[in-house]
Amino acid sequence: MNAKTGDLQHYATEIEALAQRLGLDYYPVDFEMAPASLMTEIAVYGLPVRMPHWSFGVRYIHQLVRQSMGHSKIFEVMFPGDPCRAFLMDSNSLAENTLVTAHVLGHADFSKNNSLFARFHEMAGGNIVEHAAAHANRIQQAIDKVGLERVELVLDAALALESHVDVSGELHRAPYPEFVAEKTKDPLSKFQTRYAQLPGTPEQASLPLGPIKAQVPPHSEYDLLWFIAHYAPELEQWERDIFLMVRSESLYFYPVFACQIMNEGWASYWHARLLREADFLPQPLYLSAIKAHSDVVRPYAADQQAALAVNPYHLGFTLWESIVEKQGLERAREVMRDEDDFGFIRNHLDEALAEQSGLFVYEAAPNDEVKVVTRDLAAVREAILAPKFNYGAPRVAASELKNDGSLTLTHDHASDGRGLDTVRARKVLEYVRRVWRRPVRLVTANDRNEAVELAA
Amino acid sequence: MSIRIAAETPWYDLFSRGARDWLRHNQKVREAVKENLPDLLSGEDVISKPGNRTVLVPVKFLEHARLRLADPGSHQGAGQGQGEPGDVLQPGRERGSEPRDGGTENGEVRFVVEMKIDEIIDWLWEELKLPELKPKRTATMDEPSYVREGWDRHGARSRLDRRKTIKEAVKRRAVQRDPVPITNDDLRFRQLVKRAAPATNAAVIFALDVSGSMDEAQRRLAKTFFFFALQGIRRQYAKVETVFIAHAAEAWEFEESQFFQASSSGGTVSSSALRLAMEVMKTRYDPGRYNVYFFYASDGENAAEDRGAAASSLGELAKLVNYAGYVETGGLATFRPRETQLAEIFTEARAGGKPVGMSHLNSQDDVWRAIREFFREEIKREAA
Repeated sequence: MNAKTGDLQHYATEIEALAQRLGLDYYPVDFEMAPASLMTEIAVYGLPVRMPHWSFGVRYIHQLVRQSMGHSKIFEVMFPGDPCRAFLMDSNSLAENTLVTAHVLGHADFSKNNSLFARFHEMAGGNIVEHAAAHANRIQQAIDKVGLERVELVLDAALALESHVDVSGELHRAPYPEFVAEKTKDPLSKFQTRYAQLPGTPEQASLPLGPIKAQVPPHSEYDLLWFIAHYAPELEQWERDIFLMVRSESLYFYPVFACQIMNEGWASYWHARLLREADFLPQPLYLSAIKAHSDVVRPYAADQQAALAVNPYHLGFTLWESIVEKQGLERAREVMRDEDDFGFIRNHLDEALAEQSGLFVYEAAPNDEVKVVTRDLAAVREAILAPKFNYGAPRVAASELKNDGSLTLTHDHASDGRGLDTVRARKVLEYVRRVWRRPVRLVTANDRNEAVELAA
Repeated sequence: MSIRIAAETPWYDLFSRGARDWLRHNQKVREAVKENLPDLLSGEDVISKPGNRTVLVPVKFLEHARLRLADPGSHQGAGQGQGEPGDVLQPGRERGSEPRDGGTENGEVRFVVEMKIDEIIDWLWEELKLPELKPKRTATMDEPSYVREGWDRHGARSRLDRRKTIKEAVKRRAVQRDPVPITNDDLRFRQLVKRAAPATNAAVIFALDVSGSMDEAQRRLAKTFFFFALQGIRRQYAKVETVFIAHAAEAWEFEESQFFQASSSGGTVSSSALRLAMEVMKTRYDPGRYNVYFFYASDGENAAEDRGAAASSLGELAKLVNYAGYVETGGLATFRPRETQLAEIFTEARAGGKPVGMSHLNSQDDVWRAIREFFREEIKREAA
């Protein structure tokens, strides 16, 4: 441990004591210094050790390119759990890492108390990093046993449907009931009974059938990973396993996805506040840390007038500052506990804050012309939230499983507003068909809003 | 709260997971490129350009598809900053101009793979496990040539073997009391002897039916096939010359650059091409000194009255060449009798034990099958 880490250790202990005085409540945080290479991989895979798949290789190169162009700088990554796991970049300055330590405590508080996080924590337990590593290990075993190509086919399908899980459902779901009660017939009316039998014949009591075999799926099933894992006609155990592993990781990522603005804002609010009140920090270090803070929460690059994206750190930070200032910390903690980004933006982003943050809705035409469309509050809110609906994926459900084992997927194009990108949809169907091993069809709409059916 | 720093080599330094998956991606790209090679290479007239011919294969990253809503044409999003409704943040492109940043939308990165054609061919030959051709070995084919054999104490200065000479000097100096560096007795000269060597010249004659019934797609198929057949032969012979013959009712010899553009609306008389090929062999490529390969592409519809002439010309030609290959092109949509006239003629010639082969080309995928058939057959025939 060198002097720099010694200092950081010292500040971290002090900051933690301060955080507890200020009422932050969190599971223990396990900090680890990591080199840039590992931080890049975590940014790409979402987890320190995750299953191998070639698509991560593509993202890895994109990430390296972005980093080399200076478009992307990673400060920290933090995995909620019990204990939380946080990775600090070893090449960052002491000031930056001090800021990051405070920031991570904000995340840790958020992930213990936010109800969405808490629900997933309860379902999945607090050791996702270890679970993901175990998954990677099981997949490696499968590769050793059946070969990379076959495992890759399954991962192609499972990862392509990664977002198609039921986020309001349970991690461990019971299968559909195999039998359901026989449909009770409506009692015949007096008029109907009059002619039901010929006069003089003895009354025939029809025997009750008892429970009858249930339809699969009994309703449109949006949890595609679960459905394929349990109802694909010829899935082997290790293939089923892969689908369920991808599903559990996907469910783990959901709270982070659905609370990004709140969570980053909360952590930014706390790192700013903790640093402000940390009188034990030397002045120059405090200044550099606050400089790093203002880089993180600035809405758009200094040399530009606007950005075609919303910085979640900035937006969240602005909203939390205002909530704490106007309604007090107590109320802010309640909001933090109860909302996700949908409620947070709709209930707490008001005219004044939207104007202060310079939020607008833009439109990019096919010839790349970009125009500001409106600054109307309702439109701005929905534009921010649009990419977050349904885990960012189109609403596609398993709607029918025929006797020959063929599967029909139905895209709810009415609620999504338009049909699917058919080129990609065909590819995904092909991935699915290879594991389903029976014909798979997908019903969606074309650009004239007529129903079309893709088949693979 | 403590901050850990790994004491020993941490697990994540043992190997890079990102690099592992990136390599796997590249492997998949190479597989994809390989599948499309016939397509990629049938473009410009790459057939006979000598030297370091390379092809640039533009490669996009493979995309792992996800379900996504259709592109609405223009899309909306939320942004932050200055500007009033109606303000243009980024001007549009001129119509017809290139997409911004050379099409690097969404940070898309593209790269170009430069591949040497010779390397690709070597690799394909290995991949397809194609056998190597062997030159004809007959007395008439053998040419006398000088080869090095043995050493002597006398000879021309240019054939002094310095290594051998020094070795001799070392041996002598080891036993002498006052050795001089080199004496005349140490000198060793390489000797030459005259030996007969198999001829390594090859001539490849390509004949193409350019009558009206051969459409653009069929010609492309023929071209692709010719290209690979030529590459296969190039691998084996030191010097390969090419002849391009196009025919309809009559046959002409063409430059390669005009060969695939040639077209004629006349009828089809195959024997004209066969006769011209023999003419060329007689005047320029004596089958006694050249390994001659003949490849012929046609849709198989020959004039009925030409049947006899074509069959007898083929018979004569087959005696002279190492191998005569016939590829019949035709889309699946084309209605055709089960056996075309030319197919019959070649099948007959083959049954008669002539070095003749034939194959069908319906699509690019068939090119590989056809190439493999030809080269396998040729080897089988040689072995027999």
